[in-house]
Amino acid sequence: MDIQEYFSLVFSDYTLRTITLGTAVLGAVTGMLGSFAVLRKQSLLGDAISHAALPGIAIAFLITGAKDSNTLLIGALVSGLIGTFWIRGIVTKTHLKSDTALGLILSLFFGFGMLLLTFIQKQPNANQAGLDKYLFGQAATLVESDVWLMAIITGLCLIVLLFFWKEFKLFLFDADYAKTLGFNTKFIDILITSFIVLAIVLGLQTVGVVLMSAMLLAPAAAARQWTNSLSKMVLLAAIFGAFSGVFGTAISASQNNLSTGPVIVIVASVFVIFSFIFSPSRGLLFRQIRFISNRRDLEQQKTLAFMYHIAETHENISHPHTIKILNNFQGYTRKTLQKLVDKDYVTLDGTMWSLTEKGFETAANLYNQQAIKDE
Amino acid sequence: MDKKIAVQVDDLTVAYNYKPVLWDIDLEIPEGVLMAIVGPNGAGKSTLIKAILGILKPIAGSVSIYGKPYDQQRKLVAYVPQKGSVDWDFPTTALDVVMMGTYGSLGWIKRPGQKEKKAALEALEKVGMLPFKGRQISQLSGGQQQRIFLARALVQDASIYFMDEPFQGVDATTEIAIINILKELRKAGKTVIVVHHDLQTVPEYFDWVTFLNVKKIATGPVKDIFNDDNLTKTYGINYKVSIQE
Repeated sequence: MDIQEYFSLVFSDYTLRTITLGTAVLGAVTGMLGSFAVLRKQSLLGDAISHAALPGIAIAFLITGAKDSNTLLIGALVSGLIGTFWIRGIVTKTHLKSDTALGLILSLFFGFGMLLLTFIQKQPNANQAGLDKYLFGQAATLVESDVWLMAIITGLCLIVLLFFWKEFKLFLFDADYAKTLGFNTKFIDILITSFIVLAIVLGLQTVGVVLMSAMLLAPAAAARQWTNSLSKMVLLAAIFGAFSGVFGTAISASQNNLSTGPVIVIVASVFVIFSFIFSPSRGLLFRQIRFISNRRDLEQQKTLAFMYHIAETHENISHPHTIKILNNFQGYTRKTLQKLVDKDYVTLDGTMWSLTEKGFETAANLYNQQAIKDE
Repeated sequence: MDKKIAVQVDDLTVAYNYKPVLWDIDLEIPEGVLMAIVGPNGAGKSTLIKAILGILKPIAGSVSIYGKPYDQQRKLVAYVPQKGSVDWDFPTTALDVVMMGTYGSLGWIKRPGQKEKKAALEALEKVGMLPFKGRQISQLSGGQQQRIFLARALVQDASIYFMDEPFQGVDATTEIAIINILKELRKAGKTVIVVHHDLQTVPEYFDWVTFLNVKKIATGPVKDIFNDDNLTKTYGINYKVSIQE
């Protein structure tokens, strides 16, 4: 199946439609909430939460003996939340920094989860196969009810976001100040964190424990490059996330053996790389271009100013001078001289240059202009 | 004393981990003063403000604003945090930050409207930042960011202003602009409490001063208590204040 075939099938084929919708909704909700994680500088929290969910999945299976995805996700939710509270506890009660706490909890829970998974595999329970799909996710297992659940949580998240938008923004920017205004910052904090945990747990089945944090961070990081408004950033992150889901599913469906989760993450990363390079205001490319053109302008101006000081001493401003005297001057290159000739500021005659009327006036105004710019 | 007490602090003790940062502070700040809190690094100046505002939970002691607990008097109090306490790369504009000053009176859920926007624009005008209202906050200079924070507090239209090092990292022009606004506030009968670092400017800017170094050393009118004796007690070295007569 090629990509074209995929897009023609996506509306008619039940499985494809379910998976595509599921990954799109998942991408949108994680992108949205990921913006908050990124702005709170809690990028790694998502990684820790998703890894912390693994033992919950295993324990839920051990208790119920069934592989019903909803039961397992409740297990994941509980252990994800426990992990989150432990991280908090470590940060507030010890001198350890949050990255240390995150790393500790992440590896502790993940290690414990892996241990339980291998234990389960040795059990004589025929049902056990396939639990390890939660490591890297398997979008193909999505069914309609999963998508409904995602849609409901996303809708809920949207409503909360609209209601508490002002409070969220204030809290993200300046939590202490929010507190002095009388807002219960603990409540806002718990609300945001709970939704992040929910979104992560929802994505485990599709993208898996290991890669889930990329779904949270990549769309948000990409979106931040394009806008300086929080609302636009959240919206863009949702769009990037949804597109990553759709494109990722399309690519993996059209290349038979590619696993969906990793492809989605790679597509999301392409969004990030593209944004880092090509964003007009923050992107590397345009920044470099602006930097170089600024430098060139300054080089030209410096050369012109230097010439101006020489010409000033003569009665005739167009009195010719040799190019040689420019050679000891930093900032001068043949190129800048040529540029000045192109602009009609300077005329060249063999090895001699002379300032034109226009060049003289421009140079005389240079300092004034610079002074205006500085203000 | 015939003046009303704006802020009263009793037996306030605050500790991070084991070591007390503030020890048994008693403080009465009369209404209408422009007060500097001075003391060496680690003396607990910011902590004192944060404890009064309820950002930090004290181990012991109480605070009252015009005779009532802070929770009931929030609308009378505005706060200017240290500039470095937030991430200025946050995706928002100068006007938007100033609007945040109206959130307290709006309460939960209710969105700011035209009235709030007008108040924010007026505050921006007052601090001379109106031309920059649409500017992304990371593209403002340090002094401009400080003015934005000041405007956000002005929007709160409070009676008591707490400011944590509002002169930190600003140039001379901005410093003068800010102190003029503070003096205007005092003229309007407001009480302004400022964590301050530059001892030389204390007599010029302020009329009231509190010396702090974990314990309260002294508090009162600048002309009475801003002297070598108190400075030495606070800073531990033999400090000469007689820089300018």
